[in-house]
Amino acid sequence: MLVCVKRVPTTGGKITLTPDEQEIDTRFSGWTVSPHEECAVEGAVRIVEAHGGTSTVLTLGPAAAEEQLRDALAVGVNDAVLLETDGSEWDPEETARAIAGAVAGLEADRGPFDLLLFGNEAADTADHQVGIRVAHALGRPCVAGAKALELRDGTAVVRREAPDGGWEVVEAPLPAVLTVKEGINLPRYPSVPGRIRAKKKEIHRVAPERTGGRVRKRRLVLPPERKEQAEILGHGPEAAPKVVEVLRSLGLVR
Amino acid sequence: MILAYVDHRDGAPDDASLEALTLGRTLAERTGWPLEALVVGRAGRAAAEALGVHGPAVVHVAEGDGLDGPYAPQAWGAALAEAVRAASPKLVLSPGTDRGHETLAHAAAALDLPMVANCVDISPGEPTVVLRQRWGGTVLEEAEADGPTILCSVALHAVQAQPAPAPADPEVRPFAPPVPEEAFRVRVIDRVEPDRGGVSLAEAKVVVGGGRGVGGPEGFRVLEELAGLLGGAVGCSRVVTSAGWRPHAEQIGQTGTRIAPDLYIACGISGATQHMVGCRGAKRLLVVNEDPEAPIIAHADWVVLGDLHEVLPAVVAAVRAATQD
Ligand SMILES: Cc1cc2nc3c(=O)[nH]c(=O)nc-3n(C[C@H](O)[C@H](O)[C@H](O)COP(=O)(O)OP(=O)(O)OC[C@H]3O[C@@H](n4cnc5c(N)ncnc54)[C@H](O)[C@@H]3O)c2cc1C
Repeated sequence: MLVCVKRVPTTGGKITLTPDEQEIDTRFSGWTVSPHEECAVEGAVRIVEAHGGTSTVLTLGPAAAEEQLRDALAVGVNDAVLLETDGSEWDPEETARAIAGAVAGLEADRGPFDLLLFGNEAADTADHQVGIRVAHALGRPCVAGAKALELRDGTAVVRREAPDGGWEVVEAPLPAVLTVKEGINLPRYPSVPGRIRAKKKEIHRVAPERTGGRVRKRRLVLPPERKEQAEILGHGPEAAPKVVEVLRSLGLVR
Repeated sequence: MILAYVDHRDGAPDDASLEALTLGRTLAERTGWPLEALVVGRAGRAAAEALGVHGPAVVHVAEGDGLDGPYAPQAWGAALAEAVRAASPKLVLSPGTDRGHETLAHAAAALDLPMVANCVDISPGEPTVVLRQRWGGTVLEEAEADGPTILCSVALHAVQAQPAPAPADPEVRPFAPPVPEEAFRVRVIDRVEPDRGGVSLAEAKVVVGGGRGVGGPEGFRVLEELAGLLGGAVGCSRVVTSAGWRPHAEQIGQTGTRIAPDLYIACGISGATQHMVGCRGAKRLLVVNEDPEAPIIAHADWVVLGDLHEVLPAVVAAVRAATQD
C-alpha cells in the first residue's frame, strides 16, 4: 500500500492572508493533512492489518512535512518517503509527474504496490486530479471518491456517492489507484508507543525533479464578508419565547 | 471554440452542467468564440434537445457500445479527449460535481493538458486567467494557465443557470470516438437508490446542527427532538463525527455535506471556516453558543447566548406549547 498526503495549514475561525497575498497567514495555526487523507492513511493501515503486507506514506512538500509523515507512522504506517521541495507551490501536473516518478523508483526497488491511495481532493487547492494523473502515468485503473472499500480476489470493490443521491458500486482490478473521501472509516488516534516509534523511524528523502507547471498562482483574494450584525435574542432558557417568535416568522410553527 | 461537457441522467442534463453552460455562454459572448457541448451515451441525444435553450450551436454526442452503458470514468474522459483532439477548443468546461471533476481529470491526463478546478470566472487569453475557489470557497485564487486548451471545472453554484435570451436549435452531431478497452476497466456495476425515508440533510428545509458543545451522543436527543418538531434533519461538526458521536453522513462542511436550508440552527459549534463552507447555502442562521466571541456569531442572523443544555429543552418545550395552543 502507498498513501499520498499533503501538508496544509490548520485554519480556524478566520483566515487572513500574508501581505504579499501569496499565502494564508500561518503564524497562529498548526499544520495537518486533509480529513480525506487521514482516512486514506487509516485505510492503508487497516488493509495491511487484514491482508498482511506493508504500507508506505509519501508526501511532496517542504522539509517540515516530515511532521505529517510522522503522524502517519504513528498510527501504524510502516515507512515514509519525502519528496522534498523548497516549499513553493507545485501545480497538479508537476506534482503528479513527481509522484508517478517516485512510485516507479520505489517499485523498481521493492516490487509493485497493490494500491495507491490519495485523498479525493486536497484541503487547500482542491485540484481534483493528482490521483487520476498518477494513474494515467502508470497505466493503472483509478476509482475516485471511495466511501467504502473491500478487497476481493485481486479486485477493489468500492462504494461511492452517486450523482443524485444513493450509492454507486465500482470495481477496479489491482494494482489500482483510489482516491478516498472522509467517511470511508473513522481514523484512530495515535498511541503513545506509536508516537515514540514514529519519532525514531528514518524518513527516506528523495529530491524530485521539477519539470515545470502550466498553472501559476498570481495572488489569493478573500471574498467580501457580510456586514450585518446578528440580533441577540437573549441569554439562556429565557430566550426560548423569542426563538419561537423567530420560528413563527419563518412559518415553522403556528 | 468553447466546449462544455454536459452530464446527464437518461437524457436529463444535471443542474451543475447547466451552470457550466451558462458560464460558457457568457464567455462565448465576451470572446466571440462559438459554444458547443458534449454529452456521452446515446441517451444523451435527448439531452441535446433540452440543451437548445442554453445556447450551444452544436451538441456532440459520443456514442458506441461501451459509451451507451453505465458510467465508466476513464472512457468518458477518453471520449471528451477525442472531442478536444477533433475540435481543438481553447477552453473546455465541466460541472463542478464529483463526476464532472472525474471526467475532466481523466481527459486532462489523457491529453496532457492543464486542468483548473472550481473556477468562478475565466478570462480566456494568453495566458488564460481564472478566479477559482480554494478551501471550499473560503479563499479565492487568481491564477494563470498556459496551454493550447485549458480544462476548467465551474464551481458549484458560482453561476446561476439561465437559459439563453434566444433559444437555438443546436445541430446534434453523433460521433463514435475510439476508446481503448482498458478505459472500461472501471465502470459503475450497481446502484443503490437513496433512502427516501427521512428528511435528507442536503435537502432539508431546517437543519439542527450540533458541535463539540453538545458533549456526547446522548446530548443529541434534544436536537433530534427539535428537528423532528420542525420537520428538519440533524447535522453536526467534524469534531462530533471524529469522536464517533454521530455518523459521517451527518457532517456539514468542506469534507462533509453542503446544506441549503431555510433555517440552520447551529448549537455548540464554533464556526471554523471548513464548517462554514458547508452551510453557506443556508438562508438564515440561528446560533446557540455560550461564547459571545465564537466566530460563528459573525455569520448569524439570531443568537442565543448560553448553555445549549438549558436553552434547547426550553425551546423544545416552548415549540410544543405553541403547536398545542
Ligand atoms: C481540511 C479540513 C477540513 C475540515 N472539514 C470539516 C468539515 O467538513 N466540517 C466541520 O464541521 N469541520 C471540519 N473541519 C474541522 C474544523 O476545522 C473544526 O475543527 C470543527 O468544525 C470544530 O467543531 P466544533 O465547532 O464542534 O468544535 P469547537 O471548535 O471546539 O467549538 C465548540 C463550540 O461549542 C461552544 N460550546 C461548548 N459548550 C457549550 C455549551 N454547553 N453550550 C453552548 N455552546 C457550547 C463553544 O463556545 C465553541 O464555540 C475540517 C478541518 C480541516 C483542517
